[in-house]
Amino acid sequence: MTDAAGGEERALAAGERDEDRTLEDMLLERTPARILVGAAGASYRTTTQLELRRDHAAARDAVRREIDLLADLGADTVERWKLFLVTTACRDKDEYLLRPDLGRRLSDDARARVAATCPRGADLQVVIGDGLSVAAVATQAAGLLEPLAAAAADRGWSFGQTFAVRYCRVGVMNDVGALLEPRVLVLLIGERPGLRTAQSLSAYLAYRPRPGHTDAERNLVCNIHAGGVHAGDAVARVVALAERMRAARTSGVAVKEELAPPPPALRG
Amino acid sequence: MPYAAQLRGERFVFADLREVLAKANEEKSGDRLAGIAARSETERVAAKHALADVTLREIVASPVVDPDGDEVSRLIVETHDHEAFRPYAGLTVGELRELLLRHDAPGEAVAARAITPEIAAAVAKLMSNMDLVVASRGVRRVTRCRNTLGEEGVLGIRVQPNHPADDLEAILLSTVDGLLFGCGDAVIGVNPASESVDSVGAILATLGRLVERYAIPTQTCCLAHVSTQLAALERGAPIDLLFQSVAGTEAANASFGVTLAMLREGRERVLEHHRARGGFVGEQVMYFETGQGSALSADAHHGVDQLTLEARAYGVARAFDPLLVNSVVGFIGPEYLYDERQIVRAGLEDHFMGKLLGLPMGVDVCYTNHVAADQGSCDNLLVLLAAAGCNYFMGVPCADDVMLGYQSTSFHDALAVRRLFGLRPAPEFQRWLDEHGIVAADGRLSGRSGALRADLLRAARRLALPGALA
Repeated sequence: MTDAAGGEERALAAGERDEDRTLEDMLLERTPARILVGAAGASYRTTTQLELRRDHAAARDAVRREIDLLADLGADTVERWKLFLVTTACRDKDEYLLRPDLGRRLSDDARARVAATCPRGADLQVVIGDGLSVAAVATQAAGLLEPLAAAAADRGWSFGQTFAVRYCRVGVMNDVGALLEPRVLVLLIGERPGLRTAQSLSAYLAYRPRPGHTDAERNLVCNIHAGGVHAGDAVARVVALAERMRAARTSGVAVKEELAPPPPALRG
Repeated sequence: MPYAAQLRGERFVFADLREVLAKANEEKSGDRLAGIAARSETERVAAKHALADVTLREIVASPVVDPDGDEVSRLIVETHDHEAFRPYAGLTVGELRELLLRHDAPGEAVAARAITPEIAAAVAKLMSNMDLVVASRGVRRVTRCRNTLGEEGVLGIRVQPNHPADDLEAILLSTVDGLLFGCGDAVIGVNPASESVDSVGAILATLGRLVERYAIPTQTCCLAHVSTQLAALERGAPIDLLFQSVAGTEAANASFGVTLAMLREGRERVLEHHRARGGFVGEQVMYFETGQGSALSADAHHGVDQLTLEARAYGVARAFDPLLVNSVVGFIGPEYLYDERQIVRAGLEDHFMGKLLGLPMGVDVCYTNHVAADQGSCDNLLVLLAAAGCNYFMGVPCADDVMLGYQSTSFHDALAVRRLFGLRPAPEFQRWLDEHGIVAADGRLSGRSGALRADLLRAARRLALPGALA
């Protein structure tokens, strides 16, 4: 018995203990955080230690995965949105990890293809980037396209030709902005894998992005995944931000999201 | 003015101080990315030789970023205490290193106000890892807000109870888990997933209810943009600490959407708010985070190396008399700090420079999943920094931040390192722990905490409800 768990069991009356065990089970469902795990001295239980190693191994493997449009987004989605894949100036994953400057720049081939394929000046232009997790793109991106396009149509906004970027950094938004001059650009990009999930996607938004823009001119809806911000909420927030940007004719720190605090779901 | 050094028959020339500083840096992928790193190991050491002979007067006289175009440079010039500096002006960087290492009495060897960020960076570049630990150890920086941090024998821990959707009950559950491990004396600080004013306000109000209901002698914080926190304050949210990420150039701060004037004004507003609220034992109300590479990441580095720019970020921080400052050393990624070796080095440098400049320095000992490091890297740096007398570390449930998606240090790590080094929490917080029997004086978890544990866990649900009463 560990001193942490042992101490507390001695302190609780038997009936109280059962009640609190149930309470703890319910509480654990409430959060993905690794709470109430007990201890061995000041260290982890062996189960905890091995779980952490297992999850880190999975995250490391996710970082190395390469994007494949058909395999990751599915033939239907690729066909429906006429998706195509271009690459930044990075030659491979290692260069991508070490050279953010190259990951912010479309390759010459990419530039030519995007310019030839995508209409300029769209009200809403969506770009998909692998970022640091192809798993995030594979699980989240396809489901966001349809509602984003529908929301644009409802508002009478033109919806640009979506495409995907391999070895993509957020700063590629400036390059795309200069090339296609969209009113609002949305970049759906795989977030760095955490231990709990490698499926978390971010939506970065910018109003008329152009070279020289920084994160101060961008807005962000992050943590889009099954255990975080759900797709429907993410789309609603992206569209609301786009509306605010259009009204303010700017984006970034000057445009604040207005939302009610997340409702505390009552259970039990 | 050019600098030169002769090494094994080869002569190296450096165009200016900026180049000497950059090339004298230990290897960092970020300096290489910026195209300013030494081209060979020999050139690196030649730059160190050249730097060792530079006088502190020359460093002060040669700003690495032109003050005319940079408010951080102007701040550094304006806040430098010339009287305090006078006795040291003629020292070389090599002599300053020895002076700092010879000093074996408690307290600082050189008054912090005599040191500029560039001097701190220069001397760090001549130090071994052991030097950085030894020269930091005796320097205590004591700060006060709702408790007293940084005294000899004290190691603070920030509870970092982040949640991917800012779920208030989940945030409280992680907080309670941390409190039961004796963590949370430095701050209970949430990185919000959303920058919404309502959501940030709700987090602040909820943490405030917990602290008030259980009379916990600590401070709370929601690490949103400074303007978001102030907007939440306008709507009635309680603010103990005003947080902001800061960097070492005006342009890098602009990429964070912040200016020195905004920080000045924000601090005044929070001080005013505290005077109306009460319950504070000191007037240190600011919390800053920094990290090597942030200026380069924003393309705002002016050709200056990331270590020197990090020191300049501390120059920004100290102008606002902060309660807490920490480098988030392994967060930025492999393009700036490539692997465990670079992260460990940067962590030791950051802590040393912060202490030398008079800051209550903590470190978020951490790594991301795309860098060549693992939890063992964190264990190593944590122990080194505890030996160096670091003011505080992070406490994250099992070190896994489920919102930011990186790994830091855990509640377990905090307990282990306090036991290993015989350290205790902030005195007011320790008394609170003792009253509730949570952690006994010897750092072992006490059996009497059971009832409180159940009570706190139930309270997490109740206190998360909107409009809940404390």
